[in-house]
Amino acid sequence: MNELFDILVGGIAIGSIYGLVAMGFVLIIKASRILNFAQGGMMMFLAYMFWSLMVQFHLPLWVAFPLIFIIAIILGVLTERLLLRPMIGKPLLSVVMMTIALTILWEGIVSLFWQTQTYSMPRFLPGRIVRLGELSISQEYVASFIIVIILSGALSIFFLRTKLGLAMRVIAQDEQAGQALGIRPSTIYMMAWVISFILAAVAGILFASMQSVSYTISNLGLKVFAVVLLGGLDSLVGAIVAGILLGLLESLTAWYIDPIVGGGLRDIAPYIIMVIVLMVRPSGLFGSPRIERV
Amino acid sequence: MQLTNVINETYEQDMAIIRTKSQWGLLLLLFAILIVLPFFIGPHILSLLNVIAITLIAVHGVNLLLGYVGEITVAQAAFLGVGAYSFPVFMETGMPWVLSMVCATLITGGFGLIFGLPALRVKGFYLLMVTLGAQFIIPWIFSHWKTLTGGLVWGKAVPTISIAGIALDSDFKKYFLFVGMATLMTFILINITRSKLGRALTAIRDNDLAAEAMGINVFRYKLIAFFICSLYAGIAGCMWAVYIEHLFPDQFYLMESVWYIAMIIVGGAGTIMGTIFGTIFILGLSELTVVYGPAFSNLLPFEFAQAASGSLALLIFAIVIALFLIYEPRGLYHRWEQIRHYFRVYPFKY
Repeated sequence: MNELFDILVGGIAIGSIYGLVAMGFVLIIKASRILNFAQGGMMMFLAYMFWSLMVQFHLPLWVAFPLIFIIAIILGVLTERLLLRPMIGKPLLSVVMMTIALTILWEGIVSLFWQTQTYSMPRFLPGRIVRLGELSISQEYVASFIIVIILSGALSIFFLRTKLGLAMRVIAQDEQAGQALGIRPSTIYMMAWVISFILAAVAGILFASMQSVSYTISNLGLKVFAVVLLGGLDSLVGAIVAGILLGLLESLTAWYIDPIVGGGLRDIAPYIIMVIVLMVRPSGLFGSPRIERV
Repeated sequence: MQLTNVINETYEQDMAIIRTKSQWGLLLLLFAILIVLPFFIGPHILSLLNVIAITLIAVHGVNLLLGYVGEITVAQAAFLGVGAYSFPVFMETGMPWVLSMVCATLITGGFGLIFGLPALRVKGFYLLMVTLGAQFIIPWIFSHWKTLTGGLVWGKAVPTISIAGIALDSDFKKYFLFVGMATLMTFILINITRSKLGRALTAIRDNDLAAEAMGINVFRYKLIAFFICSLYAGIAGCMWAVYIEHLFPDQFYLMESVWYIAMIIVGGAGTIMGTIFGTIFILGLSELTVVYGPAFSNLLPFEFAQAASGSLALLIFAIVIALFLIYEPRGLYHRWEQIRHYFRVYPFKY
């Protein structure tokens, strides 16, 4: 019972981070119909950057946090302006390839400056263990879960209540109608990239503080494909729910099935689910089914 | 592009791949060079040429799917692995090597069907997603089905094959098999793209709704294209097994599949010459970074130098792909055509 509870809590904590990454991913799909392979690379780079700010430059937390957000915003603007803006109107394949090139770029930069080593993130979330009768729960997990919930709440308020959020929804639904109303799609794309970079920064830092700052964070960006597909390609709620589901699935697999098959299944379990979801329900749990008209 | 001074008088002339005497001459010259070449080059370049020939086969498969149908696969490396591992497994049952190769190739095609069936029913990114899944699931099987594949530690040894009594035990002897096979597969692909199948695929790429309205079964043709793509991967896998002689799962990871797509982008999607250009360009470039990387990293400050040669390759590739996508989206082949056209009509402009 105790053991199962630990597994479930850990799964939900990791899964909510998956959900966060998936939200950044869905945001870009909704705004500009781009499959962003670079999400994992962005997370990895920003996590390493945060580690450097905290450990190598000895900055206090209240300086390092705003600084990492400023870096994320600048990178988001630069990425969109220099690499993705020229690709508007090009076939999907070229754009996807561009984001893959971007991943390779982040991997190259990280391996140049940090030599692909694994570091442990200094602890900044409260790390005590809280006891609830028989059960125990780490405050770190609770804190990161709360951060994710607050962020996704803020994001949905941004989409539903602000003018910019409305503009983003308009562009996502009908680009030409949006242009006719005086919304510039390129500004919206840039916003989407900036938000997705910020989400990547938060997700990368949280993930790294739970596990470690390592080169393998990059793979998370691909796992998120499974999350996004399960949740539906165009659903932000779906992203969070599917993220938590897959996080649970992963930790359950790691505990119950991995010892039987000899390890490593936890890393491919999301992909197996992805293939099954495609067979049964291609539009995901929350996605809108695709209707095509000539 | 049609030559203006060549007038076709018969249907055969119109359909010929090689039209003029000078083209025949150039082709024969190319073959002569390919046959004579291994006698003059060092072992290093020889193995590079072998890898290029094998990779070319795999990339041809991806090109059929990506350039002619417009679907993206990122599982070609994993499928290559299926072919590569099946080949020695069939050899161990005592089959002759030709039959093992055929069986291994068909098994790879079967894998293609398994993953293609759910994905190609629906339009959009789904084949990309499913192949991404396949690209992680299949290598996991390679590293965990230890009785069959030897896993990550032991690997799988491939028995030496012999053709007409000559054992293929050196890069020099293998070269002829690989280049011959690459030529054959290129020839087959050229003919596939000119056939009914190729025309149907192009129609699907250009407008799938219109193609369906014309009576083309979109799902069926896409599935056939993915099947052929997997067959190419299977053949390339058998060749790879013969080349590398000892298989490990890490030879078939995601990055390889990504490079195959990069090769097509750099060369020009939907063109066969472009695939050849792109493969040679990317593999040649990676060879250059391996050879000159250490020399370059010595120029950097010490703390960067140790990791520099590995990361240098990544940075160069990322930048090359980004530049190609922005400034030369139609690839090297398009530039080559423009240069040819310029000289053909010289001194006129068009």
